[in-house]
Amino acid sequence: MRETANLFFRLRVRWSAWEIIFWLAWAGVFFYPGINLALLGQVLIWGLFAMSLDLVLGYRGIPSLGHAAFFGIGAYTAGFLGKYGWTEPLSGLLAAGLVSGSVGLMTGRIVRGLYGVGLLMVTLGLNLLLYDFVDRSTKLTGGHDGLQDIVIAPVLGLFRFDMSGHTAYVYILTVTFILFFGVRALVNSAWGLSLIGARDNSRRMTMLGAPVAGDLTWAFGISAFVAGVAGALLTQTTQFASPEMLSFQRSADLLVVLVIGGTAMLYGGFFGALVYVVLRDQLAALNPIYWYFWIGLLLVLIVTFFRTGILPTASQFWIRLTAHQSKRNKLPGGTSL
Amino acid sequence: MAFGGVKVFNNLDFELMRGDCHAIIGPNGAGKTTFVAIITGLLSPTSGEVLLDGQDVTRYSVKQRVAEGIVRTFQINTLFDSLTPIESVVIAICQRDKVAKPTFRAIKHLHAQIDEAYALLEKFGLADDAIVATQLLPYGKQRVLEVVLAYALRPRVLLLDEPAAGLSTSQGRALFEQVVTLAQGTTVLFIEHDMNLVFSYATRVSVFAGGTVIANGTPDEIRAHAGVRDAYLGT
Repeated sequence: MRETANLFFRLRVRWSAWEIIFWLAWAGVFFYPGINLALLGQVLIWGLFAMSLDLVLGYRGIPSLGHAAFFGIGAYTAGFLGKYGWTEPLSGLLAAGLVSGSVGLMTGRIVRGLYGVGLLMVTLGLNLLLYDFVDRSTKLTGGHDGLQDIVIAPVLGLFRFDMSGHTAYVYILTVTFILFFGVRALVNSAWGLSLIGARDNSRRMTMLGAPVAGDLTWAFGISAFVAGVAGALLTQTTQFASPEMLSFQRSADLLVVLVIGGTAMLYGGFFGALVYVVLRDQLAALNPIYWYFWIGLLLVLIVTFFRTGILPTASQFWIRLTAHQSKRNKLPGGTSL
Repeated sequence: MAFGGVKVFNNLDFELMRGDCHAIIGPNGAGKTTFVAIITGLLSPTSGEVLLDGQDVTRYSVKQRVAEGIVRTFQINTLFDSLTPIESVVIAICQRDKVAKPTFRAIKHLHAQIDEAYALLEKFGLADDAIVATQLLPYGKQRVLEVVLAYALRPRVLLLDEPAAGLSTSQGRALFEQVVTLAQGTTVLFIEHDMNLVFSYATRVSVFAGGTVIANGTPDEIRAHAGVRDAYLGT
C-alpha cells in the first residue's frame, strides 16, 4: 500500500511514449526532403517562448501581458553582442538569457504583491515602456528599422548559419530541447509542486510556511531566462532584431498561442505555435490583409469547444478512450499525456 | 484590538497551557475568529502582545509564526483543488523540511517525505483516496484533509477553526478522536459550536462574548457557570 504513493510520483514524472515520439518527430523532419526548415524553426522558437509563459501562467497561475519584453531583451542582447564584436553564438545565448533572467527577477519582485487586473496592467505597462524606449532610441538600437549588421560566427566554430537553414534548425532544436529538459525537471520537482500549490491556493501555501513571494520571483526569473534565449535564437538565426520582437502584439500573440495549445502541460505551447505559425504562413499567402481574422476566429472556436486548449482536450479524450481504472482516480498530471 | 472605531476586544487576556486541548466557544461576533487571526499573524493587534513560551511574536509575520510552530486550519476548506491528498501532504512536509527550493531533482526521489505523507493519510483514514483529486472528494474527507495539512507540519500549537463545520455527528466525533489521539504533545486550540464535541474532548474551555472572555475553566466548571448559561448555553 505504501508503494501506491511512491508509484504515483514515479508515474507522475516519467517520460511518456508520446513525449519521445514528439521529440523524435522534430528530429526526423530534418531529413524530410523539401521540408520548410525555416518555418519549423519559427515554430520551435514560438513553442519555447510559449513554454516560458506556461511556467508562470500554467503552473503558477500568474497571467502576464508583457512577456515579449523578456523575449525582446534577449533578442537585443544577442543582437548587440553580434553587432559589436562578440560573435560567438553559444555564449551570446547564455548572456541573453542571463540579462533577460535578471530583468525577470526584478519583475517578479515588483509584481509579488499584486494580482488580477492590477498585475496584468503592470506587466503590460512595463512591456509598453520598453517597446517605446527601443522604438525611439534610433541611435542606440536602430529604432523602428531594427538592429542591423549583426554578425554571428559558426556554431562551435564549425557550423555556419547558411541560407538553407540546416544549421539554424539543428541549433534551434538542440537549444529548445535542452531548455525544455531543464524546465520539465523544475516542474517535476518539489519546487514545481509548490508552484502549483500556490496557484491553487496561495493562502494555504502561506499557512504552510512556504516562501510564496520568493518562489514567484524565481519563477519569473527562470521564465524570463527561457524567453530571452528564445529571442536570442531568433536574432542569431535571422541576424536581425526589431522592436516588433518586444511589442505588445507579440505578448498578445503569445497568450493566444498558449491558450490554443493548452496551459500547464509544457507541450501545449508547441502545439499552439504549430497551429499559429503554419496557419499564419498559409493564410497570409491566401490573403495578406485579413489573415488575422482567421486567427481570431480560431481562438474563439477553440476556447468555446476545447475550453482548455488543444492538448489538454486531446489528452482527456485519450484518457477516456484507454482508461481501465475507475474514472475518479486522477492520472498523474505534470507533463505526461 | 480595534478596527478604526470598532473595538473588537476589550482587554482580552488569554493563556494557553502546553498540552491542553483548549476549546473556545461563544456566540457569533464575539471575536473568536479575529482572535485566531491575531494569534496566527494574519492581523496585527492595535495594542497588546502575543507571547509564545515567553517569546514575543507580536510583530512576526504569518510565515515566521508557522516557522515557530503556530499552524491553523480554516473554517472554510483551504485546499489545493487540482492536487491529490498525497501531493498536498507531500508539499506540506517538503515545506516543513525545507526541501522545496528550486531544483532539478524529481519529487519521486523524496522517499522520506512521500512515505511520511502516506502514513499520515493512513492514520487519518484517507489512504484509499490518496490519489483522488481533492475537488472530487466528498466534503467530509476534504475537512479531514484540511486538518491533516496543518498536522503534517508538526506544530507546537495547532489552531482548528470549527473543524467539524458541516460534518455529521459521527464524522465530527471521528475527526476529534483522530486529532486527540495523534496530537499528544501538541497543544490544540479549537473553536467549536457543537457542545457535545466541546465537552467530550476539551480539557479547558474559554467562553468569548462581546469581545472578552466571560468564563474560563474546565468543561464541568463552564457547564455550571451561570453567566455562560445565560449568554450562550441556555438552560
